[in-house]
Amino acid sequence: MSAEIPVLVREISEVVPGVRQFALARSDAAPLPSYSAGSHVVVTLRGPDQRLHRNAYSLMGDPLERDCYRIAVRRHAQSRGGSRLLHDSVQAGARLAISHPLNLFPLARLGRRHLLIAGGIGVTPILAHARDLVRLGAPFEVHYAYRSPEQSAFADVLEALAGQRLHRYCSARGERIDQTALLADQPLGTHLYVCGPGPLIDGVRAAARALGWSASHIHSEQFLAPPPGSAFEAMLARSGKTVAVAPETSLLEAIEQAGVIAPQSCRGGACGQCETEVLEAEGRIEHHDVFLSAAERASGRKIMLCVSRLQGRRIVLNL
Amino acid sequence: MPATFKQETFRDDFSYRNSPAAVRRFPFPFADDTYLYSVNIEPHTAGAPGSAYECAFDIDEHYVAECEDRRITLESDPDRYVALPHMMDAQWDFLELVMESLSRDYPEHFLLQRDGTRWTWTNRPLAIRDSFVFGDAASLPREPFDYIARQAQGDFVLLDQREGDLWADAGMVTSQADWSLAFDAGMSFKQWHGPVPLAHEIGIFDRALKYLLALRQGQPVRRLNWTMTVHPRLDTAPETYPAWGPDRTLVTADNAGSLVHLRVELQALYRLPRSNGVLFSVRCYLASLDDIATYPKWARRLHRVLESLPPPLVEYKGLTRYRDTVVSWLARFDDGRPLEHGTGPD
Repeated sequence: MSAEIPVLVREISEVVPGVRQFALARSDAAPLPSYSAGSHVVVTLRGPDQRLHRNAYSLMGDPLERDCYRIAVRRHAQSRGGSRLLHDSVQAGARLAISHPLNLFPLARLGRRHLLIAGGIGVTPILAHARDLVRLGAPFEVHYAYRSPEQSAFADVLEALAGQRLHRYCSARGERIDQTALLADQPLGTHLYVCGPGPLIDGVRAAARALGWSASHIHSEQFLAPPPGSAFEAMLARSGKTVAVAPETSLLEAIEQAGVIAPQSCRGGACGQCETEVLEAEGRIEHHDVFLSAAERASGRKIMLCVSRLQGRRIVLNL
Repeated sequence: MPATFKQETFRDDFSYRNSPAAVRRFPFPFADDTYLYSVNIEPHTAGAPGSAYECAFDIDEHYVAECEDRRITLESDPDRYVALPHMMDAQWDFLELVMESLSRDYPEHFLLQRDGTRWTWTNRPLAIRDSFVFGDAASLPREPFDYIARQAQGDFVLLDQREGDLWADAGMVTSQADWSLAFDAGMSFKQWHGPVPLAHEIGIFDRALKYLLALRQGQPVRRLNWTMTVHPRLDTAPETYPAWGPDRTLVTADNAGSLVHLRVELQALYRLPRSNGVLFSVRCYLASLDDIATYPKWARRLHRVLESLPPPLVEYKGLTRYRDTVVSWLARFDDGRPLEHGTGPD
């Protein structure tokens, strides 16, 4: 998937300490494509070592605003480079490339009521959802959990949109979302959307399932950075190439550096495009994605190239 | 790009004819001597100038007559247009896509003027000019999808994406190869492909659905599908089967050349921006066997494809009654020499 859009960083603002908002406009000043709430773009930037970094960020501005896209980036302490580069090296006027928007976290248009739950920087797609639900006049409420008042990014924007429908939870003050109580109290036909840290998503999903919610009404989104591991070798059966994967490099990156084109899109373990057949594995596959089912993982026949890797010597892929 | 549009019919006296230029640009679908199902999807990028793939929505010499045929069909059967209420954002997405594409690709025929949300649309071939407010359905003479689909060649289905599936929740379908919008409306991807033989078993639909769910904006894709139709008839719907089904018994060795048409569908899929829906467009091209035989390579290829077509596909495509007659008719063009891979006419 090529066809990237060249953009200029028009404006950078510090939203709260550690979170910056980037306004991205097309380099040729033409209008950007409109998009739907929940969409993300993959931002490509080149590090000082010339390595390409690609990360997915939710679009959080007004979809009808075509002159720029807005993304918010939290500086991750153990970032492999993407968020750190954006924070430390990218200035207003910098040139980047982004993918066209893709939505893996859309609103369910047949939903009678929408329950939005955000944790920390996971607020960005939830903000877009709230804005769209206001436009559509659909019933909704938002529950936003953050660490401290200083880290309540965009709470003011959300409040302006949702008013009384916004519920805040500040963990520094000991406030927690009572997930079971909140979900137990929703009328049938409610759709649930959750975005934030892994434990929040896992907790909310587990609570919903325990209460008998249908999987079709539970929506979540989580992009993962490819976690490092140990070095291994990947043999690409169809291309006839063997690729060495270094501890800090993802399998997908190593394959691309070898000049082999693999299907890919979000690069964060969510979209499913880079699912690849495993022909042989000398070692244990470390699955880090949120796409494959438990049965698919157990089969040992599939791997998501973008975030998963091998703990072992050699893997043979049908690629 | 046609400078003039033909006055012709797709029913009753069937005065539809292709000019030599239209035959030459016919999207012949067979690159090889046998036809096999595959996920034959490719990027819908601009093709060669003058080809059916040059523009997003191809407008040809049959444009005005085809819009008139659609009007007649809709008048007699309003159920050929369906739009469920949650598809209004997708309707506007579609209207924007068609107006932007046609005015960009055919500026001598179509004009879109925009001042914020105040838009004026001019369609010269159909003598239409309307000003409206984008996003305000009451400012148009019809719903946005209904309004603009009547001004484009081909059938259109708007798919809603939810629950990891695509749902046919709106459509305007008047030139279909024997499938019913009223029947398929509200169905999921695998439900409406249920009747297709052979393809389910080889996992075609699983792979195609996964691909389409991740379809990106700005990167539409296309594929060709095909069948055959007796007479150049656009409306071969199940609802009107009594009017066209019996035509299949009319084919003889003498009349096959003018009566039997290869019917090719140029199908394209677009991600729609605001609704996150998917547009499925089906542009139908008809060429008689006489037209096909203008190019010996095509006639030879079609002969081999029809001769080797698996029986379940012969049945599914509705060719059982006249396939053998057509194969005999085409045999005279086939000297048995090998043909190079490719769909071109020469």
